[in-house]
Amino acid sequence: MTPSVLAGLVGAALVGVGLYGLIIHPHPLRKLLAFNLIGSGVFLVFGIIARRGAAAGFAFDPVPQALVITGIVVAFAASAVAVALILRLAAEAGSVTLDPEAWARPKGEDVK
Amino acid sequence: MAEPGTTPGGYLLVLAILMPAAGILLSFFIGGRCAERVTLYSTPFGFALACAIAFWVDQTGKPIVYAIGGLRPPLGIDLRADGISAVMLIATAMIVTAAAFYARAKFATPDGVRESRSALTFWIMLQAIWAALTIIFVGGDLFNLYVALELLTFAAVPLVCIDGRAETLAAALRYLMFALFGSISYLLGVALFYGAYGTLDISLLAQRVQATPVVWTAAALMTAGLLAKTALFPLHLWLPPAHANAPAAASAVLSGLVVKGSFFLVLRLWFYVLPALPTDKVAAVLGGLGSAAIIMGSIMALRQARLKLLIAYSTVAQIGYLFLVFPLAAGAHGWSAIGWSAGLMQVLAHAFAKAAMFFSAGVLAEALGHDQIARLGGAARVLPLTFLTIALGGLSLMGLPPSGGFNAKWLMLQASIASGQWFWTLPALGGGLLAAGYIYRILAPALSDGQISLEAQPRRSQEAIALALTIIALALGGAPQAFFDFLEIGRPIAGLP
Amino acid sequence: MSLLTYLDIGLALLIVGVAVSIVAAQDLFASVVSYVAYGLLLAFVWIRLYAPDVALTEAAVGGGVTGVLLITAGKRLTALKSVAPEAQPGLAFKLLIGVLATLVAGALGAVIMSLPEPPPSLAPKAAAAAAGAGAGLGNPITAVLISYRSFDTMLEKIVLILAVLGVWSVGSDKAWGHTPAPFRRSKPYAPMVFLAQMLAPIGVLIGIHIFWVGADAPGGAFQGGALLAAMWMVTMMARLVEPPRVDARWLRLALIAGPAVFFMAGLAGELVAGAFFAYPPGFAKPIILIIEAFMLVSITAALPMLVAGPPSERSEQ
Repeated sequence: MTPSVLAGLVGAALVGVGLYGLIIHPHPLRKLLAFNLIGSGVFLVFGIIARRGAAAGFAFDPVPQALVITGIVVAFAASAVAVALILRLAAEAGSVTLDPEAWARPKGEDVK
Repeated sequence: MAEPGTTPGGYLLVLAILMPAAGILLSFFIGGRCAERVTLYSTPFGFALACAIAFWVDQTGKPIVYAIGGLRPPLGIDLRADGISAVMLIATAMIVTAAAFYARAKFATPDGVRESRSALTFWIMLQAIWAALTIIFVGGDLFNLYVALELLTFAAVPLVCIDGRAETLAAALRYLMFALFGSISYLLGVALFYGAYGTLDISLLAQRVQATPVVWTAAALMTAGLLAKTALFPLHLWLPPAHANAPAAASAVLSGLVVKGSFFLVLRLWFYVLPALPTDKVAAVLGGLGSAAIIMGSIMALRQARLKLLIAYSTVAQIGYLFLVFPLAAGAHGWSAIGWSAGLMQVLAHAFAKAAMFFSAGVLAEALGHDQIARLGGAARVLPLTFLTIALGGLSLMGLPPSGGFNAKWLMLQASIASGQWFWTLPALGGGLLAAGYIYRILAPALSDGQISLEAQPRRSQEAIALALTIIALALGGAPQAFFDFLEIGRPIAGLP
Repeated sequence: MSLLTYLDIGLALLIVGVAVSIVAAQDLFASVVSYVAYGLLLAFVWIRLYAPDVALTEAAVGGGVTGVLLITAGKRLTALKSVAPEAQPGLAFKLLIGVLATLVAGALGAVIMSLPEPPPSLAPKAAAAAAGAGAGLGNPITAVLISYRSFDTMLEKIVLILAVLGVWSVGSDKAWGHTPAPFRRSKPYAPMVFLAQMLAPIGVLIGIHIFWVGADAPGGAFQGGALLAAMWMVTMMARLVEPPRVDARWLRLALIAGPAVFFMAGLAGELVAGAFFAYPPGFAKPIILIIEAFMLVSITAALPMLVAGPPSERSEQ
């Protein structure tokens, strides 16, 4: 059971756990945490691919690792934008539900 | 077959990306009114670059390629523009330019203020959408396309909630959640492709892919992610509130161009990376989802009380037509080219017609103070130009001649029958009938005898821009055969070495 | 199986356990704290995967800065006492989703196990290019980020700017131009002030060191920049400095410095090296270090601004 096989299975497990959290929780901040979990699982998959690519005197394949570094920064930026939206929504409306029914105009008549 | 490196004219691809990128940096640093000026002054150059790229592709009859840094894949990144890239670049330039000039009224920095939040945000995000779409249309590396997708999301989401109301914030948050799910799913697919073949370049992958479980899983993940971003049924729930509540200029760009970006990548994936695989069942599934989207979106559009929501659901329906290209253009048959032309014609016709519709809805909402369909009685008398635009745009959406929409549906019907898959004619024609229904719902009260007063005078420039886009949508109906031949440039034909 | 394998398995189980606790925690704060611990544990996994650069980035950005972001978010959310509680889904639904998630994880694990042997790798090509396009850099990841795939990195810096603008744009119109709300509204907390005064200078030195050695050893602009950003945030939390105004010229310049320099180097490449984003041989390493230095400035400016949030009207003393 080499570290990279183990890490690959851990990555898959994290994607599963994150997916569960994403669907179960109604609160957007919990969903965001679950997204970050899934993201870290995906990055681990890149990581085992990098480790498997050890060759030519390198202990790893540098390209997937560079992609992961880019991905971590982009994922953080996405989290920051999501947090800003959530906080503003809470301040404006007093609730953070994503359910569109709650935002339908009170006088939205459906036709006929 | 050895791929050539940078071809003549390839540098134009980099310039097309760097120009809006420079605009973003300049606008952000100088701020204030500079953002609007930079955007407006850059529009003719962007359009010129897009035309130049199309010219080169037409001249050589082959895609133009640029190896960034002089380094070829698999270690480096390629940019590649073929027929459909060039056409989409031109359409993007035109619609972004139209949106920029349309939005001057609402998003100009007010006098006496050095810098305004909504103005700075709008102009920079518009340039960012242009830059992101350019990369999507000419990118040749799957991870580069991932970063471009993220750029597109970060540019589109703040436009949805730019007015700061609670509904738009909730819609923007929903959009962001779906988009993030899409990006993560896409990225996992990219990881599996790299793990299997050690490269992310589209043409290299096309030479190496085989039908293994890894490839099918990766393709499924990437497709699911892109379908979420394209709002194909059943992942369409985020689109109507987001597009309906955004400002009109933003809605036009969102419905007309942004959703086409992720659709373009689905095309790239299945027709450029995976043509070597037996994709009939997948094509059928995509076509089936598209048909469901056409029917469901049109029915929901019929039930809407607000004009902008109706137009947004119409987008959901029209996106369904796009996915009929998968069963109709698959393989190397004689009818595949017809199906391919049909799909691209639908993309273009819808982009122009929908942008014009949202512009018109914006003018209408400003002039009447509301966009409730029930209270449109007699509006055509006070807003003749706007309703003419809506009627002509509706022609294209319904698929009546002469219009690009009719051209697209006609080609779809031809391809369906020639390929023996006649059942695809049913949703195509059914969607046309339902579209006629919801267009009628808008026009009937407007053309009736009713008394209505204007809250504000409509701006002629905005109406003219909307009308111009509609006329382009109609003019696409007369596209010559040379246009369809141009769309074929660079398309890999399945099964050939 | 050796001791290391037992440790690996233990680490794997621990990580999955912490992940489950993130999802299963009852309240938001417990969940976020678990997430920070999770980020640090992940850094260990990355070290076991021979990825020290990624471990540094994950610990600093993934665990550290994201943790601060989420804790600050949780605090500000509970401060808005009007937020209504959410309705939890029922047990049957949870069970169904649990089964779905397990199936997805299982399928993904099976696919990962079926990745082809021998594994394809770009390491040989990267090694071959190290002297040429790789500018003789000792750290191949820096070579990938700033040379082979420099276009990705430049785009990513622009993505960061868009994210900052996106965060700023959700503020109100009246507040535009002001500073973001301070990290801490009340009086500075004395141990926090002491920590900031002791830690910040050391942290800045370490951050610059990590950036500098990143050319030939694990490290680089992202990792160093994250550390510098953390030090700025620590001083802001101790209220030794206040967040800057969003229309401050120096802030805007700092934010665009990285992508702008990258952009100009890329443009110049066409004139002096034959292709956009190519480096002239012989000058490649100094140019790369200059680009990385400006990237460092931009990352240091961007990360705290993303955490600080939109400009607020109530910027107090």
